Amino acid sequence: MAQTLYDKLWNSHVVHQEADGTAILYIDRHLVHEVTSPQAFEGLKLAGRKPWRISSIVATADHNTPTEGWDAARGTATIADPISRQQVETLDANIKAVGALAYFPFMNERQGIVHVIGPENGATLPGMTVVCGDSHTSTHGAFAALSFGIGTSEVEHVLATQTLLMKKSKSMLITVEGTLGAGVTAKDIVLAIIGKIGTAGGTGYAIEFAGSAIRGLTMEGRMTVCNMAIEAGARAGMVAADDTTCAYLKDRMLSPKAADWDAAVAYWKTLHSDEGAQFDRVVELRAEDIQPQVTWGTSPEMVVAVTGRVPDPAAESDATRRSGMERALQYMGLTANTPISEIPVDVVFIGSCTNSRIEDLRAAAAVAKGRRKADSVKRVLVVPGSGLVKRQAEAEGLDKIFQAAGFEWREPGCSMCLAMNADRLEPGERCASTSNRNFEGRQGPNGRTHLVSPAMAAAAAVTGHFTDVRQFS
Amino acid sequence: MQAFTLLDGLVAPLDRSNVDTDAIIPKQFLKSIKRSGFGPNCFDEWRYLDHGEPGMDCSQRPKNPDFVLNQPRYAGAEILLVRANFGCGSSREHAPWALLDMGFKAILGESYADIFFNNCFKNGILPIVLPKAELDELFAQVDAAPGYKLVIDLAAQTVTRPDGKAIPFPIDPFRKECLLNGWDDIGLTLRHADEISAFEAKRRVEQPWLFA
Repeated sequence: MAQTLYDKLWNSHVVHQEADGTAILYIDRHLVHEVTSPQAFEGLKLAGRKPWRISSIVATADHNTPTEGWDAARGTATIADPISRQQVETLDANIKAVGALAYFPFMNERQGIVHVIGPENGATLPGMTVVCGDSHTSTHGAFAALSFGIGTSEVEHVLATQTLLMKKSKSMLITVEGTLGAGVTAKDIVLAIIGKIGTAGGTGYAIEFAGSAIRGLTMEGRMTVCNMAIEAGARAGMVAADDTTCAYLKDRMLSPKAADWDAAVAYWKTLHSDEGAQFDRVVELRAEDIQPQVTWGTSPEMVVAVTGRVPDPAAESDATRRSGMERALQYMGLTANTPISEIPVDVVFIGSCTNSRIEDLRAAAAVAKGRRKADSVKRVLVVPGSGLVKRQAEAEGLDKIFQAAGFEWREPGCSMCLAMNADRLEPGERCASTSNRNFEGRQGPNGRTHLVSPAMAAAAAVTGHFTDVRQFS
Repeated sequence: MQAFTLLDGLVAPLDRSNVDTDAIIPKQFLKSIKRSGFGPNCFDEWRYLDHGEPGMDCSQRPKNPDFVLNQPRYAGAEILLVRANFGCGSSREHAPWALLDMGFKAILGESYADIFFNNCFKNGILPIVLPKAELDELFAQVDAAPGYKLVIDLAAQTVTRPDGKAIPFPIDPFRKECLLNGWDDIGLTLRHADEISAFEAKRRVEQPWLFA
């Protein structure tokens, strides 16, 4: 029978199944960071249990770590906030006690956002199950892996048993056929998808992204799309493996080598949905219809094209939705029907597990080159996703372009995507952000977030307001 | 984990959709390395007028009189009435920890985000899915009657209103069994340790690169 990619990934990991469909699912890769792991390691210790397979663990510190003022000689003492420091040091101690396949601690040359360092070190491979105590683990599905975020109890469960207890989700196919217009990126694709199906549209589903526009994306672009599957409600997003996937993984630190590589590639080439495979839901988009996107509200589904206007709640018939829109406009300090291009920004953030990879930085630099940050913009942060991305960008001279434009060039980490470290918005500040969530307070208490692509963020930085990046090309 | 069988509890309403886990427990409180103590900071940005940071004495902070859960009539509530897509966003288990620490043992809503839904069961919180029409009536009844309580019977899978109407709700048999008995998932799974080892050994032969 014709199988979906999700069927193949699921079936190849089922260890045991209960009568009601609850399965014990084997986990190949366990990514660990400092925020959602301490209670799991403590639980394991209290129960007198040992980790099942240490070689499945790849760990890094990313959420709490500062993005400036690094001083290798001072180590974690560089982290000013004592409770952030304690959390990072707790991860150090836990990994030291337990072990790991690879650990990239604070300030290590390969340290970075967990969803950037996994793929770039070859720790994420096609056909794997990949989990992490972080909802954006859906990112790794770009490699035809079954990957999803878990809670801390499940982190402990994976540490102790190398498995998870779960039921199979429904399957959704989202196809984007056609050719993207100039200046339209993977971020715009996924925001347009969320705008279409809503933030709960994918709840209960695993989403496969397919179609010529998805196949035409680089791995960085596919990661951006899968990263935000969770913003459409789906725990897992995925893309079939192809030559682009294999070319990206060749010669990465933890990628298979020699004869293993050939065997792996032969297997990976089978990781696609079969002709005629059935999905529970199919959604279709045309690439030509997608324009650069900007969110206007406090949920990623509150999104319009940059050429559009802030919507009017009065036009919404559903009472709960209408009150949600009204509350969002009040929080965001916006008036209905305002053209998006007339909204000024105070801060620009280019980074996060959605958009901090080399291609994202190149796209932002292409707009910033030869231009200056608008005087009305207070600050522009560029935070590379990892130490490797940072060095690559510097080798290409992107750091110089950003600095010449008046942008700040920072050290890698999650930074202002969730503002657990010192990088955050002040109350009332409005930010053009390449991150993934525009929730109330996400980037700082009473901060106002508009989600955009890296090129659109750079365009807002140099003009001082949202600007259609297609005007720059 | 505490077993969940029968709950006869005061109900508090939170009438908005897409309540995300950042709202349930803001990021600054995630720096803790403990599982407990998150209750006073549950819904922190909505609940207080000042900005909360870890270590503050919340009993001394100015409360937001407009936030529904601050109304005295809802003090001690154990059942939270919500709308659609509750618990969306971040996977942080600190969200159910905070709700539990604030006193909530069950949630009634139209739908939940997958990871949050799952995290509730791991902590003995029962998230119940009800049709919108039933929720609309419950919101109206809670609003009209101070001290409004509901009886949740997990074994019978019913929510019973003060007027006697029993509303049935669905739940996975496996999850129901685990909650009723307060079973520890890890202990259950480890009963299958031999099967896991055998699966792993086979995988090691078929895809050796995964075990390098």
